[in-house]
Amino acid sequence: MSLNKIFRNTLLVISASILLSACAVKTTGKMQGDVYTGKDTVEYLASGVPDRVFFATNETVLTTASRETLRKQASWLRKNSKINVVLEGHADERGTREYNLALGERRANAAKDYLMTYGISGNRISVISYGKERPVDSGSNPLAWSKNRRSVTVKAN
Amino acid sequence: MKKFVFLIYVCLFVFNWGKAWSLIEVDITRGNLNPLPLAVSPLSVDQNSKEKFKDLLKLEDIGVEISKVVENNLRQSGLFNPLDPKAFLQKPDIAHVKPRFEDWALIKAQALITGEVKIVDEKLRVEFRLWDVLAGKEIMALAFTTVSENWRRVGHIITDKVYQRLTGEKGYFDTRIIYVAEEGLKTSRIKKLAIMDQDGFNTKYLTLGNELVLTPRFNPTNQMVTYLSYFKNLPRVYLLDIETGIQEVVGDFPGMTFAPRFSPDGKKIIMSFAKDGNSDIYTMDLESREVEKITNHPSIDTSPSYSPDGKYICFNSDRSGYQQIYVMRSDGSKVKRISFGNGLYGTPVWSPRGDLIAFTKLHKGKFYIGVMRTDGTGERLLTENYYQEAPSWSPNGRVLIFYRETKSDSAGKGFSAKLWSIDLTGYNERMVKTETDASDPSWSSLLTD
Repeated sequence: MSLNKIFRNTLLVISASILLSACAVKTTGKMQGDVYTGKDTVEYLASGVPDRVFFATNETVLTTASRETLRKQASWLRKNSKINVVLEGHADERGTREYNLALGERRANAAKDYLMTYGISGNRISVISYGKERPVDSGSNPLAWSKNRRSVTVKAN
Repeated sequence: MKKFVFLIYVCLFVFNWGKAWSLIEVDITRGNLNPLPLAVSPLSVDQNSKEKFKDLLKLEDIGVEISKVVENNLRQSGLFNPLDPKAFLQKPDIAHVKPRFEDWALIKAQALITGEVKIVDEKLRVEFRLWDVLAGKEIMALAFTTVSENWRRVGHIITDKVYQRLTGEKGYFDTRIIYVAEEGLKTSRIKKLAIMDQDGFNTKYLTLGNELVLTPRFNPTNQMVTYLSYFKNLPRVYLLDIETGIQEVVGDFPGMTFAPRFSPDGKKIIMSFAKDGNSDIYTMDLESREVEKITNHPSIDTSPSYSPDGKYICFNSDRSGYQQIYVMRSDGSKVKRISFGNGLYGTPVWSPRGDLIAFTKLHKGKFYIGVMRTDGTGERLLTENYYQEAPSWSPNGRVLIFYRETKSDSAGKGFSAKLWSIDLTGYNERMVKTETDASDPSWSSLLTD
């Protein structure tokens, strides 16, 4: 089951990278495609370890940048083996409430699966979805929405 | 226990309704651009009763107040045009006994409602009559006795009776709305469960706002509510007894449970359970606590809603790659996609009449509330807006209530969330009055049938 998921995830990641490299994705300011690439809302778990990754609209695929962030989180978690984390999955406001709850859960689990492939025990990671309930940016515009489509890693202890 | 069960004694009954085909008929199957003009004569109250109700309820004139409830209901329905009482020529007490139809016809009233309020054994007794002005006869007469605090409900019941007599369908006025009351910043919204009468009065808050609560829905008898609560930061489906205030977790699964609704017999709760990035639909029998898995698919399956006969379930799934509406048998077999239009579809809700499914549609950056037949044909979009979702049906299946949010800037300025209603015809769109910002409305069934 878990292997299966890892495989699925890897496939998604590979297909995403192919997609990303194949079509020249438009980069506008703080977004690539519609994935947020800025640092405005990012906090740090430790020096050089960003706490969050961002997603495209309706997507749960991890981008290259997201995978890099999660690898940094994994190595930080390996060094700090007593620390447990909660992954908080979020969606933007442009969706129905119930679907967005499920989408947030899926996003947080995409991040969890990736941390697990880098050797972090699932027992140290819990997941919670807030759907569209807890935006970081209240704006009704594509940039604000891109900041809100996120999975945030938060220390649980 | 039975605070919500309203005792009505029907004392006086009907003379000739049903038999006499009156001239007035209201067609509710089409948008009504010419609402029926009618007169709601203030209910007459004798001096002694008036004084007593003044002490009991702090109302200057209970007769006037009840008729205002009726008048407002009729106006909000969009089907009736209650005339200004200032134009009325006849005194309420005389009109109730023997209306001078010429006077009422003169001000263009086609129907007339009259009534009388009395205090009898410390209780409120209301008698009302509905008259066909053009035919010059009484077409309905009823009387109710109840505790005086229920005076607004008497107004709602009178409206239901009038609506039913004139449209041929049951009303939706003696009902309540449960919803989520919202306050504070968009980034850290405080949400409470709230319940109010359909016309926005008698609001009560059922939770304190300490934890996030979402998507409340009534059981068929309107005494229980199922909803999602983030109590202790564990999003789970809860059950609340409105009478006692007792809350209990029902979806205590090892992961998030959400999107709950009751089965039409009230015995089960159907909901989504999300684990390891996958959401499926489950039911739980409330008595035996037996859990049944209904869908089994690696996609997101959520927003389930039963058909009124309990045989089918409509739900939301992205198994095709995007959010679409599906219908299956209630055991999970024979899954069939029914939405094929452009855009994304969510929040399907089966009509209480069984023939339609209401939904939210997202297409080209706009949100729509619409309806389609249960096989997916006949899609009709009723209203378009920047953001709106989550329709809930009135018990007679003629009106939808939903919520709408406005655009805001990065500081949250400009943001609001309000309840709105619209007729199935696509006409009569109205904001529903709430004390605070509001979302996730759910309409009760008729409190007295």
